[in-house]
Amino acid sequence: MRAAALARHIPAPLQLGLLAAALVLAIALPYLTSSFYVSVATQILFFGLLAMSIDLLGGYTGLMPLGHAGVLGISAYTMGYLVSRLRWGWVEAAGVALALTVLVSLLFGFLAVRTRGIFFVMITMAEGMLVWGLAYRWASVTGAENGIRGIARPAFATLYWQYYYFALVVFLLCALALWLLVRSPFGLTLRGIRESESRMRTLGYNVTLHKLLAFTISGFFAGVAGLLYAWYNQYISPSSVHISASTEGLLMVVLGGAGTLLGPVLGAAVIVAVKNLLSMYVARWPTVLGLIFIVVVLFAKDGLVGLGRRGWAAWQQRQQRPVSAAPPGAYPMAVDEERAATGS
Amino acid sequence: MGRWRTWAAVAGILALVAACAPPGAPGSGAGQQAAGPIKAGVLASLTGVSAASGQDMVNGWNLYWKLNGATVAGRQLQTLVEDDASEPNTGLTKARQFVEQQQVDFIVGPLLANIGYAVADYVKTTGTPTFFPIVAADDLTQRARVDNVIKVAGWGSSQVTHVQGDWAYDQGYRRVLTICADYAFGHEVCGGFVRAFTARGGQILTQLWFPLNTPDFGSYLAQIPGANPDAVFVLTVGADSVRFVKQWAEFGLKDRVPLLATETMLDQSVLRSMGPEAEGLISLGHWAEGRPARETQDMVDAYLREYNQLPSYYAAAMFAAAGWIAKAIERLNGNISDRKAFLDAVRRTEVSGPFGQQKLDDYGAPILNVYVRQVERRPDGRLWNVPIKTYENVSQFWTFGADKFLKQPLYSREFQGTPEQLRALGLQP
Repeated sequence: MRAAALARHIPAPLQLGLLAAALVLAIALPYLTSSFYVSVATQILFFGLLAMSIDLLGGYTGLMPLGHAGVLGISAYTMGYLVSRLRWGWVEAAGVALALTVLVSLLFGFLAVRTRGIFFVMITMAEGMLVWGLAYRWASVTGAENGIRGIARPAFATLYWQYYYFALVVFLLCALALWLLVRSPFGLTLRGIRESESRMRTLGYNVTLHKLLAFTISGFFAGVAGLLYAWYNQYISPSSVHISASTEGLLMVVLGGAGTLLGPVLGAAVIVAVKNLLSMYVARWPTVLGLIFIVVVLFAKDGLVGLGRRGWAAWQQRQQRPVSAAPPGAYPMAVDEERAATGS
Repeated sequence: MGRWRTWAAVAGILALVAACAPPGAPGSGAGQQAAGPIKAGVLASLTGVSAASGQDMVNGWNLYWKLNGATVAGRQLQTLVEDDASEPNTGLTKARQFVEQQQVDFIVGPLLANIGYAVADYVKTTGTPTFFPIVAADDLTQRARVDNVIKVAGWGSSQVTHVQGDWAYDQGYRRVLTICADYAFGHEVCGGFVRAFTARGGQILTQLWFPLNTPDFGSYLAQIPGANPDAVFVLTVGADSVRFVKQWAEFGLKDRVPLLATETMLDQSVLRSMGPEAEGLISLGHWAEGRPARETQDMVDAYLREYNQLPSYYAAAMFAAAGWIAKAIERLNGNISDRKAFLDAVRRTEVSGPFGQQKLDDYGAPILNVYVRQVERRPDGRLWNVPIKTYENVSQFWTFGADKFLKQPLYSREFQGTPEQLRALGLQP
């Protein structure tokens, strides 16, 4: 039904209203609850950012990467090393870290964008594990399995609530940038590449260049997430860049809804909540997480956002008036005029 | 245009709010008042690679309270157990949960060294009393020490092997080959042996390093006949220990070349799974479940009755730590709300428990007994470690003295404490 199809998209005023409400809650959080829950919210912010960066490549461009924890790790380790070992200021360290991450993303992307599907997954997986291997064995720089400790936060963000607001601002700025990006012609091109690469090529787009740019931009945002991650724990170790961390990022995207910006954040929220909150009450929380994934993959492939949209559409449909009670003039060349003409 | 105004308004609100501080207590809760239950946060690896040893830890801790009653100085002792999944990020999350959400009075654990370092860094900021009976990482009580982190009933990686280097020289060995696990703990354990052995005049022929989870030690064992050492020093952990001991016997080396085994190679946690290939092997360790003293055997018997296993050092250390902490709390009549007083009481407490006499040095590390142990078969068929010689009051610095010892760097793959390496750094061997 045409009406039902239109109703899938939640109207703009309602979307804005929901977003505003979420923003108010986010700002008010430290006043409402303890430091523990604010810490959990901080985790949702930077994991959400990582998930959004994965989604830019995976959901929007159709290239699902399995090595983004490695990209996050380049940024986190570089900044951690510069701040904790060489005692650099945070601005310079963050700058160098992000620059290096973009450079390495470019290199990784160069290797990966010539492939598609499962091969892309495998190459990015290898790239991620390359970073893990370096983190694990280059003991003099990375501290091997002991990691890098004592990564000082920026001076104005040392307390838990200060850090939370800092992370919130960074998150909002990045979310805004990504939102503008996916709505731009560049973003639309990426979606076109996802739909059909060959068609885009015949239309004259430089598909490889677009994919490479998407990879690099995605790497940049993963790098920002890496900075927030390292500052949050004030610590970074190889387990944070292992393939299991990359997989978790991917699952956040799938759980929340690939191809949207809200989806990855929702997915991150669910996984962080299960790991930090549910784990207090349920010992077998990994099983719960596994069951959630199975349910999502079987019944809600478009994730929580997709579920939300379908729920909204179903609710909308129940609000529709029956067709027979359509007001006169609702349909041009109305059926009732014909009825009147034939007298039935 | 409207959207930009909205974003500007949002930015303005955020800036305003960020300038104000939220009300409420800061993250580190000060624990319960002097009357309610005492909350202990036990952090152990209950899943992941170290799950079996992690379970031992919890068993040992729980056994103490079962035998002695979970009350200290009239207050109930409540234990909260959390799993760090053998992984530092989860460990940090759980430590945060203990301190900020559940407001424990102190934390006990974890198991792995890297989690220990991460948790130590976190509790440095909160001041929570934290006790490490299992984590052996040397630097935690040396160059990287934290005031409120104490190795109660604990040990140091190189603490035992310093003694072993000395003992090996006394046995007449002069030329030794080392085969150790290639990670921080392995570097520290091996470094301790090399340092003390070469300080006496011994010679290290060559040092072989293998990655964790090596299924086949053949390529390492094959190098032994060619090197012709007086003895071979080996450090393995976990499943590697079981495989190594088996292959040592299968290669025919057991009765031909003396094996200088280490605590984690023959600890009860892995010895349980070994057979005749382990009998007669000699290692040095701070725990000997075959020690005849009553305090040890009482605990071993109780543990055997409760869990149908002999206790490993993971279980014994947690048991001893519980006793140590209880003694300190009783000293303060149950009032541990003053953290400085609590930590001081723990530092001043001396115990005579399953490990023998133990007390702490100025750096938060224990001064303990080191036992030269031999694997024997009990009448009931189980294998256990029986001491054949005891070194008492061993410090983490051995005979080198704190000042001299702290001048040298932490033992690592590059620095093993040989005379050449020390002289290259301008230090005296």
